[in-house]
Amino acid sequence: MSEFLHMGGYAWYVWGSYGVTFACLAIEIIVLLNRETKK
Amino acid sequence: MRWFWYASPQTFFPLTGRIALGCGIAAALLAAAGLYIGFFVAPTDAQQGEAYRIIFIHVPAAWMSMFIYLVMAFWAALGLALNTRLSGMMASALAPTGALFTFIALWTGALWGRPTWGTYWVWGDARLMSELILLFLYFGFMALHAAIEDPRRADRAAAVLALVGVVNIPIIYYSVQWWNTLHQGASVSLTRAPTMAATMLTGMLVMALAFWMYSIAATMLRVRGIIRERG
Repeated sequence: MSEFLHMGGYAWYVWGSYGVTFACLAIEIIVLLNRETKK
Repeated sequence: MRWFWYASPQTFFPLTGRIALGCGIAAALLAAAGLYIGFFVAPTDAQQGEAYRIIFIHVPAAWMSMFIYLVMAFWAALGLALNTRLSGMMASALAPTGALFTFIALWTGALWGRPTWGTYWVWGDARLMSELILLFLYFGFMALHAAIEDPRRADRAAAVLALVGVVNIPIIYYSVQWWNTLHQGASVSLTRAPTMAATMLTGMLVMALAFWMYSIAATMLRVRGIIRERG
């Protein structure tokens, strides 16, 4: 598991990419669903 | 087929919810499959080690950033030509998601550039600059639309901007051939065999499909909000 997280020494680059992407999409979904439920 | 039936926001509205739900579920399933292939099936790259795994979001996000712009410009042109109300709403609904994918392409590109080229960013590099201009085109579209009070006039003004900006799309796409750039050429093309392992390619294409589905779902949700606001 820790080897997986280590990403062969590229952890910051790989997880930095996936983390920010996931955060961006999550924020967009939350904003859109918020608007949807408010009406 | 009555093409103009769904050109009315009111008749289109009930459809948007169903499309958003279906595409949202498809996006989640495809993303799970794509990430599984990307991290557990695709092998370590011989030259780049694990750093190359950024490809599974970088390339699909870059494709989406360009494709959403083309779809946005298509709706903009349709709105100018036919004066249909839904067209402008669709263009406005696409812009923020397009900007988001452009940002993701730039961000993941920077984090991939550092271990492979030794730098996060190069000012003046053709591929990087044209993609940055794409981000500014999305921002410009949204800012211009927001600055004009009458929504129909805002639609038309922003549509003209969107259409002028279309020139940038082939510039991004061919920048790696037209200029010297750090960026590598296309790994996948319609005219020749891909230059990557089959599992890597599969993971990338599944993630691209997931981003497609996500973009449709997000756009449908956003157009619902716009139809409610503008009626």
